[in-house]
Amino acid sequence: MNKLQNNKAWLFVLPVFALVAFNAIIPLMTVVNYSVQETFGNNEFFWAGVMWFEEILNSERFHASLGRQAIFTASILAIEMPLGVAIALTMPRKGPWVSVCLVLMALPLLIPWNVVGAMWNIFALPDIGFLGYTLNSLGIDFNFTRQPEDAWFTLILMDVWHWTSLVVLLAYAGLSSIPDAYYQAAKIDGAGSWAIFRYIQLPKLRRVLTIAFLLRFMDSFMIYTEPFVLTGGGPGNSTTLLSIDLVKIALGQFDLGPAAAMSLIYFLIILLLSWVFYTVMTRNEEQ
Amino acid sequence: MNANKAAGRVVPTLYIIFLLLPIYWLVNMSFKTTNEILGSFTLYPQEFTLDNYITIFTDPTWYMGYVNSIAYVTLNTAISVAVALPAAYAFSRYRFIGDKHLFFWLLTNRMAPPAVFALPFFQLYSAVGLFDTHIAVALAHTLFNIPLAVWILEGFMSGVPRELDETAYVDGHGFWSFFLKIFVPTIAAGIGVAAFFCFMFSWVELLLAKTLTAVDAKPIAATMTKTASSSGYELGLLAAAGTLTIIPGAFVIYFVRNYIAKGFALGRV
Amino acid sequence: MAKITLDDLRHAYVPNPAGPDDYALKQLDVSFEDGGAYALLGPSGCGKTTLLNIISGLLAPSHGKVLFDGEDVTGLAPDQRHIAQVFQFPVVYDTMSVYDNLAFPLRNRGVAEADVDKKVREIAAMIDLEETLQNRASGLTADGKQKISLGRGLVRDDVNVIMFDEPLTVIDPHLKWQLRSKLKELHQRVKRTMIYVTHDQTEALTFADKVVVMNVGQVVQIGTPVELFETPSHEFVGHFIGSPGMNILDCEVRGGKAFFQGQEVEAANAGAVKVSDSGPLRLGVRPEFVSLADSGIEAEVVKVSDSGRYQIVETRVGDAPVKLLVNEGVEIPTGKTALSFRADRTRIYRDGWLVASGETR
Repeated sequence: MNKLQNNKAWLFVLPVFALVAFNAIIPLMTVVNYSVQETFGNNEFFWAGVMWFEEILNSERFHASLGRQAIFTASILAIEMPLGVAIALTMPRKGPWVSVCLVLMALPLLIPWNVVGAMWNIFALPDIGFLGYTLNSLGIDFNFTRQPEDAWFTLILMDVWHWTSLVVLLAYAGLSSIPDAYYQAAKIDGAGSWAIFRYIQLPKLRRVLTIAFLLRFMDSFMIYTEPFVLTGGGPGNSTTLLSIDLVKIALGQFDLGPAAAMSLIYFLIILLLSWVFYTVMTRNEEQ
Repeated sequence: MNANKAAGRVVPTLYIIFLLLPIYWLVNMSFKTTNEILGSFTLYPQEFTLDNYITIFTDPTWYMGYVNSIAYVTLNTAISVAVALPAAYAFSRYRFIGDKHLFFWLLTNRMAPPAVFALPFFQLYSAVGLFDTHIAVALAHTLFNIPLAVWILEGFMSGVPRELDETAYVDGHGFWSFFLKIFVPTIAAGIGVAAFFCFMFSWVELLLAKTLTAVDAKPIAATMTKTASSSGYELGLLAAAGTLTIIPGAFVIYFVRNYIAKGFALGRV
Repeated sequence: MAKITLDDLRHAYVPNPAGPDDYALKQLDVSFEDGGAYALLGPSGCGKTTLLNIISGLLAPSHGKVLFDGEDVTGLAPDQRHIAQVFQFPVVYDTMSVYDNLAFPLRNRGVAEADVDKKVREIAAMIDLEETLQNRASGLTADGKQKISLGRGLVRDDVNVIMFDEPLTVIDPHLKWQLRSKLKELHQRVKRTMIYVTHDQTEALTFADKVVVMNVGQVVQIGTPVELFETPSHEFVGHFIGSPGMNILDCEVRGGKAFFQGQEVEAANAGAVKVSDSGPLRLGVRPEFVSLADSGIEAEVVKVSDSGRYQIVETRVGDAPVKLLVNEGVEIPTGKTALSFRADRTRIYRDGWLVASGETR
């Protein structure tokens, strides 16, 4: 659509700009401010330059959290994206069951994140939780509060439970927007279901899957509440992801300088990776 | 063909069962007595009790949590959609200096980890004297909800041909008369979807909500964590409170069920 | 290649059709000869796309059979019927090159790559896509995409029929004519049966050897463009085909003679009208076959408009409007004049249908 040039449109954008600026710019300035200062309490601050950034970037603790974060995000993306598409493909296209399916599938998305954590905690407890009890009675030694592998298993299963539906809904929306003629043409051309998926559905899903991938990447990279309630980052530090570590430093230890420096590095990592993914995923389209 | 059809029933069914199991377990726990929960593993309540729910509905520290949550979520949804409407209109209809950069900058705020903002928000809202108020949480949540609402609404508005605007002006409508009486009803579905997402993200977010409140505006989800740690392991009570937090969400989904798929499809990157 | 026969075919989209109104397609018995160029012509909603989808196997008819060379294919899926179809909106496989698009139907059927290459190049040359073979199909214009759709049908040797569902809808006006002549030319080269669905009479009449005219779910006439023009077998055909359409005038028949507004008119089939039959009688005559005369039917000129090649004269006979075409440059009288209807092109219709005179039907 051809848009009109009109700088008065800024007036319409002004309220949004003002609100978001208030929420984003002032806190961000605070963070930048802290990140370059040293404090010994008493509200006295001293210039510290890039000291905190160097400290964070060289600290093993940060590397470990970042590593765990990367493994977590990569795992859930590797599971949720294909699983979500597969479920969307098998869902009915028409009929009364569509609404029922959509409503039930959207349910986990609407549950407060700490309730998700608490629910999975109760669900996975080895003695009274359905999952933990069942696994143990099958002869599998399962205790997510003691064994790091079990904690990771529960954490990833919880995220798959929580967010796969988002991919399903997006993929389903993308699939519903493919005109029937494409399927009819493919039938006439003798295409099998793999060829239909590969050459019709996947290309048409590209846009929504890009959105799904970016949303899942960003949100999983920022995840805090659910793992915090489920495992508290433990056992030990085995499930301490970036946000949990950051909050520990900022609100637990009140190390404002390192916390601020870490915040900025954290934010920049997400921005940079999102930009890279977005560019790579949309590059072919423009060719 | 038949194998496909069978898969078409089996896969979604298994997935939905997987989704419902943990929820069932939570609901199941909420009707059990503490003794039964700690004493044995039972698939359904042996001694069915409503005590947990009675506690929640009679103790103000519990039920006020719900009131607080609903208050700031509603406020946030109203503010986000109200300011996003004209902004989305501007993005969908006009080119103006810095429009692309502004749009991108708005979206980057969706990428900011709440953990990063927790402490600065605490200081900012304390400094302006809004700490522990509903409006503080509502405003804080606009950080990620406004970009989302603008994005969704812009998608819907771009689908409305500009001829509609022009016809209205020819018919003698002023801008605001056109916008409120004609345009807003036209994109009602989009507003519903945007409101749904604002509601959803404000309702489920806890880190900021917890950081910005102490007593008067404390959300239900935060009450749950506090109670769980302070008064021992009262799992039944916790489960009942958790169950109750699912209800508003389920209620809202039911109303927008026909728009969920559409809403996702019309947004754009 | 095959002769296609529709045997007592009916289709309803509702599960339990009660009356004829519930049927999107009423009873059809039609044959398409092998190698013919057919058009299915009719207004929107007349059931032509439904019929097309039944022939291609995308839709199962609720009643009746589809036969290819006498063999019942009603239960077969589209890919088993060996048909090809070009849709209203271009369908191409976006991520593939033009070459791969054309090769797709062959590769799906396990044809050896050497044969695929030969065939694809042959067809690409035929539909002028040689230059763009390696381009991505999504980058082509709408007419290029429609050519790909057509090409995917042409590459296969086993195709019984190629069907077109309003294929020019999204093509730029100045390219429509070009693509249409290309189609006609291709048909003469490959001699495949082609069925072309459209609501545009120009498209239908220029493309097809035989036109099947449909209205409200039934076939009203099958004939060559000339037959449709000269001998419409239903008022609808007379009215729908031709511009302006046929004059349709209330009339009476007494003693083997037709009377229109009280004046006697000669009609080719007046003698065949049986007094015992019921239903309103009407006279049909195309404006091309009405002329100004010194004496005859008394009329009054109401309006003259110029269409470029000829003048359209609107007159009034009694209270009935009658249109006629007059060549450029001929002077039109104002006020009272007289008209003559060409007797062999003036026919009587009862209840919409041409009254059979033995010779015309």
